[in-house]
Amino acid sequence: MPDPFAARGYARPEVLVSSEWLAEHLGDPEVRVVESNEDPLVYPSGHLPGAVEIDWLRDLNDPLRREMLDGERFARLMSGHGVSPATTVVLYGDQNNWWACYAFWILQLFGHARARVLDGGRLKWLREGRPVTREVPSYAPADYPVPRRDDSRIRAFRAQVFDQIAAGWPLVDVRSPEEYRGERLHMPGYPNEGALRGGHIPGARNVPWARAVDAETGEFLPAAALARLYLEEQGLKRGDEIIAYCRIGERSSHTWFVLTYLLGFPRVRNYDGSWTEWGNLVGAPIER
Amino acid sequence: MPRSSAEAALPPRLLELIETLDGLDRGERVEALISIAERFREVPERVARRPFPEARRVPGCESQAFVWSEERAEGGLDFHFAVENPQGISARALAVILADTLSGERPEAIAAVPAEVVERIFGPELSTGKSLGLAGMLQSVQREARRGAVRSGG
Repeated sequence: MPDPFAARGYARPEVLVSSEWLAEHLGDPEVRVVESNEDPLVYPSGHLPGAVEIDWLRDLNDPLRREMLDGERFARLMSGHGVSPATTVVLYGDQNNWWACYAFWILQLFGHARARVLDGGRLKWLREGRPVTREVPSYAPADYPVPRRDDSRIRAFRAQVFDQIAAGWPLVDVRSPEEYRGERLHMPGYPNEGALRGGHIPGARNVPWARAVDAETGEFLPAAALARLYLEEQGLKRGDEIIAYCRIGERSSHTWFVLTYLLGFPRVRNYDGSWTEWGNLVGAPIER
Repeated sequence: MPRSSAEAALPPRLLELIETLDGLDRGERVEALISIAERFREVPERVARRPFPEARRVPGCESQAFVWSEERAEGGLDFHFAVENPQGISARALAVILADTLSGERPEAIAAVPAEVVERIFGPELSTGKSLGLAGMLQSVQREARRGAVRSGG
């Protein structure tokens, strides 16, 4: 089968799989297909045959603290889906793979190297008329040793964001322009899930995450188009230390994925505290 | 879950739906909402055709929802929706719910529906971003109702 990604010029095309490839590997015991969505009704309404669901809220968060799951919970999650460290996990989802990329980022925090993203996500699969089912599969538990979560390479904390500002290194705000300008903070009735102040981190460039995707096909843009967006238009350089952020770090994991794997930037971190932390910090500098 | 005073003031069809959903476990609620979404019918062509005007777009809704109102002969408004994201299942479900339960209601009753009903309908599993978009659909309906009231001198 020809490699559909060779012509797109990605730095690390091996992290993507095509719908054609996945259709041929749906029953492959070494491949586990995982759907992760923004909309909780999407997976139960129909998913790829054999696909399990990972829900960001239920599965990827600490149940009490604002923190992601720890190594023990991660190992249980993977094991419960029949995933071992040798299993290739193919992630896909709604909203142009936004939550799939978040799950991919979490998998990388735990060092699960065999992770892939389905280019085009659910949208492309459905538009190609490929099969879906409402049958929820179950798999025999696999052996998954408890991994250590490494927060040092691809995750940023607020202290590092202050350092980033002081050093003049680039920050990428991937929220909507309205959020970037501080015009929209949260929904009425849910103030505790928003931020007390609006705006953006000083110096941050605004590149809404979905600009990296072809809106018609749901596929990632070719590397040349991504380079025009991030390097030419925004002035980012491959050697830069970059921190991406959004509201809670989900949309920015998509941009982290694009910069790291498709453009080959070696030092990109995702600030999952994001605006719901920064916009609530006493004394934190803000621009509008 | 006991009714709060705000809930007791909800339009009766909306309150009835919420109470029905309250009696379901998570899986049953999901199935019920999917069934509701399957009843979605896009805005009729007599009301709007593509390309839909930006003025009708629900702000902040990732599912690209659009809202219209249409005056009823007997008074009140019918609400119509388009959801351009083919994966916008929650948006479709909410469109059906809002059209079924708020069409024909008094504008003041529609305006008084609190944004929290989104969580009451869908449960706590929604991301805030999703809640924002769905609440935006409700707010757009409320805006339409207020405009309708002004037009009719109500």
